Order: sequence, then structure tokens, then C-alpha cells
Amino acid sequence: MTGTGDPDARGVDGTDPESADVERAAAESADAEAADDSTIAAEDGDDGPVVTLAHGAGGVRMRELIDDLALSRFGDSADAGSASDGSADLDDVGLAAMEDGSVHALPGGEQSLVVTTDSHVVTPLFFEGGDIGRLAVAGTVNDLAVMGATEPLSVTCSLIVEAGTPMRVLERVMDSIEATCEEADCRITTGDTKVMGGGELDQLAINTTAVGVVERGSHVADAGLSAGDAILVSGTVGDHGISLLSEREGFDFEGDLESDVAPVNDLVAAAMAAGEVTAMTDPTRGGFATACNEMAGAADLGLAIDERSIPVAGAVASAGEVLGIDPLSVANEGKVVFGVDPEDAEDVLAALQNHPKGEDAAVVGEAVEDHPGRVVLDTGIGRRYLSEPEGEQLPRIC
Amino acid sequence: MPAAGGETLQFRDPETAEELTDRLEALMADIDEPVTVMHVCGSHEQAIAKYGLRSLLPDGLSVRMGPGCPVCVTNMPEVDEAVALAEDGCVVATYGDMFRVPGTERSLADAKTDGADVRVVYSASEAAEIAREEPDAEVVFFATGFETTAAPTAAVLTDDPPANFSVLSAHKYVPPAMEVVAELPETDIDGFLAAGHAATVTGYGLFEPFVEEYELPVVVGGFEPLDVLLGLERLLEFVRDGEAGLENAYPRCVSEAGNTDALETMWEVFETDSGEWRGIAEIPGADLVLREEYAQFDARERFDVDPDVGGADPLTEDCLCGDIMAGQADPDDCDLFGEECTPQNPVGACMVSSEGPCKIWLEYGGQPDL
Repeated sequence: MTGTGDPDARGVDGTDPESADVERAAAESADAEAADDSTIAAEDGDDGPVVTLAHGAGGVRMRELIDDLALSRFGDSADAGSASDGSADLDDVGLAAMEDGSVHALPGGEQSLVVTTDSHVVTPLFFEGGDIGRLAVAGTVNDLAVMGATEPLSVTCSLIVEAGTPMRVLERVMDSIEATCEEADCRITTGDTKVMGGGELDQLAINTTAVGVVERGSHVADAGLSAGDAILVSGTVGDHGISLLSEREGFDFEGDLESDVAPVNDLVAAAMAAGEVTAMTDPTRGGFATACNEMAGAADLGLAIDERSIPVAGAVASAGEVLGIDPLSVANEGKVVFGVDPEDAEDVLAALQNHPKGEDAAVVGEAVEDHPGRVVLDTGIGRRYLSEPEGEQLPRIC
Repeated sequence: MPAAGGETLQFRDPETAEELTDRLEALMADIDEPVTVMHVCGSHEQAIAKYGLRSLLPDGLSVRMGPGCPVCVTNMPEVDEAVALAEDGCVVATYGDMFRVPGTERSLADAKTDGADVRVVYSASEAAEIAREEPDAEVVFFATGFETTAAPTAAVLTDDPPANFSVLSAHKYVPPAMEVVAELPETDIDGFLAAGHAATVTGYGLFEPFVEEYELPVVVGGFEPLDVLLGLERLLEFVRDGEAGLENAYPRCVSEAGNTDALETMWEVFETDSGEWRGIAEIPGADLVLREEYAQFDARERFDVDPDVGGADPLTEDCLCGDIMAGQADPDDCDLFGEECTPQNPVGACMVSSEGPCKIWLEYGGQPDL
């Protein structure tokens, strides 16, 4: 009949805390890359289809958007590097691979250039555990790191600011960018600033781009898994998403909910030095569940995951129960999911656990031949598929 | 480090789950023919899907969801009324589940897109609070849900609500719907797993007449995975013994009489009326409408609600929500499931609410053969 019995129990946006929407209704905080909730339901305007929040939610719609607008134009270039395109140079990675970044040969042929870019909007700008500045640096540095480039050569930073934003807000953000760059051992080398009119933007949007180099052929792809590889996660999952959702929904959970936002390029370097990492991704939007599904899909293998071995902080698990949100399906901003050669799994795990950002690291499963492209979760009681979250979840009535 | 599976929790103990599963196997071996159990609660479906319980069930035991999602059975004309009120300038407050449920033509989300004032609230009292804070606005609470939300709506109406507050009731009352489903010729049910949370309000004694009339076992179950397995075990015992009977398998929360204060308040404000449940049938006595004494707070009395929906085709022509709610189809029987119909772009209400079976199946990967 009715649900959990508590009429006040709230389900909220399950996928993307970087929403620019300040409405408390999660129904309207569907996603990041748009701040105008008038686009939520509008599918067909007088001028034809319009962009909706769903197009930014990281699910099917976003993939359609990318397919239609970007891959149709840039997806089949000679250096596409897609695993599905056997004719391409597999040491290059282009847009079609839909990886965390792109990889291109540098003159001389011994090294590859790795490039990644990310735009950041988040409400509120300053949240428990971090802020938009830290997020902007960590997000891009981490995307670069999980391609195998753990020493960013150059990071760019472009700000788009709403007129009327207090200068001290910008100062705080720039202080945070500076401190995070120091932590990640990188520098902002170029940037850009634009100001838009009041109401044309919700305070601040930041784009960062990072470049690094790897030895030719040594980048780490999502698709690199082999059957039998161990799946590791570098720490507790769900912290960033559950913390922001709680904060945004006005819940004051007594306890230690805070974002995990942090650059983890040093942690990734430690893991790669300890053993053969075959695949890597950072479980940001869509969380651990999406990261696992992407790895399984890219490698055309199944993943068998033991839910009880996935580290989840107690406060996050409790808040997730109250909110009706699965910590496995919300964003992390300082975690990595690894595929590791099974013979090296113990060494890589030890290296992670010996690192201050990897103390809670765990082996959570393995890659298998069965059910290619899908992730099977052993809940400790039964088994089910772990699916990619489909956009946001609405607050429920009970 | 507590894990997401919560194995340390008493009601999620894997060993006990295994023991219960073994008992289900043994009972099914004794019964030696297929058994279909219906539950009538989205939270039961959540627990079953989230913990992968169907992967444990013995062959021949099928557990289906019936009309257990109040959002899903809210009729399109009821949504149309709410949309019309919003378009006429009222502030319409409702639960988040209802925000995107399509009416005949439009949802409240569509109305909001066009500038109507639609607010998502988490309780009836929050809607009344909006009315207090904005005395110049007409605030209509579009009230949905079963007994667990109807009682709080009633509590607000009996506690001196502001004059600019009214209720558009789409509250539903479950027992008559169970009777209808039990009578549907296409629905072959051997027993009901009744929802523990509604029973905390109604008490389990409520089901006594149903058990007698339909000679079907009813077991009231809780929502942790072990609660569900225990409820199924009790049901199979009734089936094995060829008995109809009523049992409370959720005694830590549910009593025979229920929450008498809440019930008293609910029946002071509401009475039952015949109403159409989306996709199922016109069900006598299954809608909760405001009594005449509360007419001044009844949006249908206060406003001339006349939704103009023209002759538009319902959005749900190819949608199997009705069959799914009646327990006659599974979400993946529907051609639209996960394709044209997703939580972001729902065709039917079953894909909107977190209590909706389609949403739940999509979220937890359906009913895989694992």
C-alpha cells in the first residue's frame, strides 16, 4: 500500500548534485548543466525540440544528445581510437570512445598527450567538505589521472560570473582553487573570465581543462578489463552526493556528512606503481553504479560485485536510507574504481590503504565472462542487476 | 565500516534469509503446484527488487505487485483537476511523486513550465503553512496516498486550517481495491501480502472480512528483506494447509486495532465514495472524499473545477500501467518500458513514483534470471 510509512521521508535527486537549481524540490533539481527549470518538461517548443534538464542527467538522453550533436560530427575522425573501430590506432583515444579524456600521439612517437575538460556548477557554491573551486580542480585532475596521466602539465580555468556576485565569493573560490592546485601539484596556466547579467546565470560556472602526458600506449582505458581482473574502489562511496543532497534538502543529520571532493592523482600514481591497473574511472555523476556499468560495457564483460564489501560510511548509509537514495548511485568526487590484474590485487590494495586518501579501499568484486555489459550485485541475501541510475529520483510521498 | 548491504542489521541477516529460503523451498515442494502471491505496496516491491529476493524464490512461486502505488492509481481526471486549478491561479502544493504524473494531456510539471505556481511539499501541514504565510493566495493541497497520508491530511483539516487553504483529495482506500483485484477473472491470486505500514494505521483486523468473504489468506508483512520472506513463508503455510486465514507477520509495528486516534480523525474528515482507479476499474468505496462538514476546505466545492481536456487521446494508449497495477502484467511486458517510457520521460504513472513497479524494475534491473 503505502511506502516507508513516514510521510516526510524524502527521495531526492539521485544522480547529480551539481545542480544549479535552488528549488528544494528534487523534481526540479534534475541536473547540472542548466539552471532554468522552465526547461524541465518542455520537449517541443514552437521552434522544435528544446534542451531539457534530462539531457544533462548523464543517462540515455545525454548520450542521445552527444550522439546526435557531437559524435555525428567528430566521432569518426581518423584517430577515433574507439575500441569498436578496429582500424583505428588503439593508442589514440578520441571522442567516440567516450572516455574520461582523449589521447593523441605527440611528435616523436614516444609519448601521448592526454586532454580532458569539465564544466562545473553546483548549489550551494560552498558546501560541507568543499566548494566549487576545489571541485573544478579535482574533477579535471582526476579525469586526467584515471586516464593514467597523474602529473598534470597544465590546467586552464575559465570563470563565467553573474553580475552582482560578491567579490569575496570569487576570492574564496580562487583561494580554494589555489590550495587544491597545490595539493594536486599543478598550476593554473591560462584562463578566461566572462561576466553575464544578473539572472542570466546562477552566480558562477567554472570550466577547467587539464593536459598531461603518458608514455605512448600506457594510458588506462575504461575498456581495459579482462575476465578475472579484480575490481577495487579507493574508499567509501556516496559521500559527495548524499552530503550535498542532505544539505540541499535542508536535512541536518547529526554526524559527519561531508563531500569527499579531493584530487586523487597521487593516489592513482601509488596504485599504478604497485601493480598492473587494467582499467580506471572516477565514479562521479551516476556514482559507483554508473562507473561499474561503463567499465562492463566498454570491455563487454560482466562484473560480479559483492555489495557487503563496498565501503559506505555509516552516516552516508543512514542518510541514504532516510532519503530513499542509494549511495551507490550518487556522485563521488575523490574516489576511483580500478580494474586490477588479479595477481596484483593485494599489492594495489595495500598501496591504496597505505595512502591517506585510500585508507578505506577495498576489493569489491571481479570481472567475469557471464552477463557481458551488466553488473550483478550480490546483496548478501539475493542477487540483482546493479543498473545505471536513470536520471533523478522524485521525493516520494511515503 | 558498515556496508551498503547493512549485513549487521537484524532484519537483513543473510543466514536467516537462507533458512527462510530453505523453508520456502520445502513448502513449495509440499504444495507441488505454482503459487502466485500478490503484494499491494510499492515499498514491498522496493524491498524485493533492491535485495534481489526474486533470485531466491523457489521455482513456481511468483510474487506480483498489485494496486499498491497510490500515485499510479490516481486517475487522470484527478490530475487534470489539479492542473486546471494551477492554471486558474491557485498555488497547487503536492507530493513530489505527483509532480510529473501525466493527466489526460498535461502534468503539473507542464503547468509549472507555463508559469503556474506548483510547489512540491512533503506533508499536508507544509501545504497549510504556505497558506498561512501567503494569505493572499489560494493554496490547494493536491492530496494523494492511502491511509498513511490520508490521516495526516485529516489532522491538518481538524486543526484550524487557514481559510485560504483547501484540499483536492485523491486519497485512496485500499481494502475495496483488494476485493476488486481478487474478483478479476484474469487475476489468479493464492494469497495477499498486505502492507505493514498502512496496517499501522488501519490495524490488521481490517482484513478479517476480506479473508472470510474471499477465502484467501492475508498476511501483513514488513519491509525489511527478512520481513518479506517471513510473510511469504506464512502465506505458503496457509496455501499448503488449504486454509484462508489472517496473520500479522509485522507485530513489532502493527496491532489488531491500529492507530485508533488517526483512524478517528481520518473518518471524521473523509468518507468513502466510488471512484475510478487508473487503469483498473471503477471501485465502489475506494476513494476518500471530504465529508460535507469540511466542504469549505474542499477544493471541488470551493472552485468550479472544469478541466478542459478536449477530446485528446489519453497518453496511456500503449501503456500497460493498468494491467500491471491489476497484477496481470509485469513491467517488462510493456513495449514502452525503458524505451519510450523512462523516469525522465514517463508515459504512465508506474514509471513516475518511487512506489511504481516500472520505476522500481528499471532502477534495480528488472527481474533477472540470476
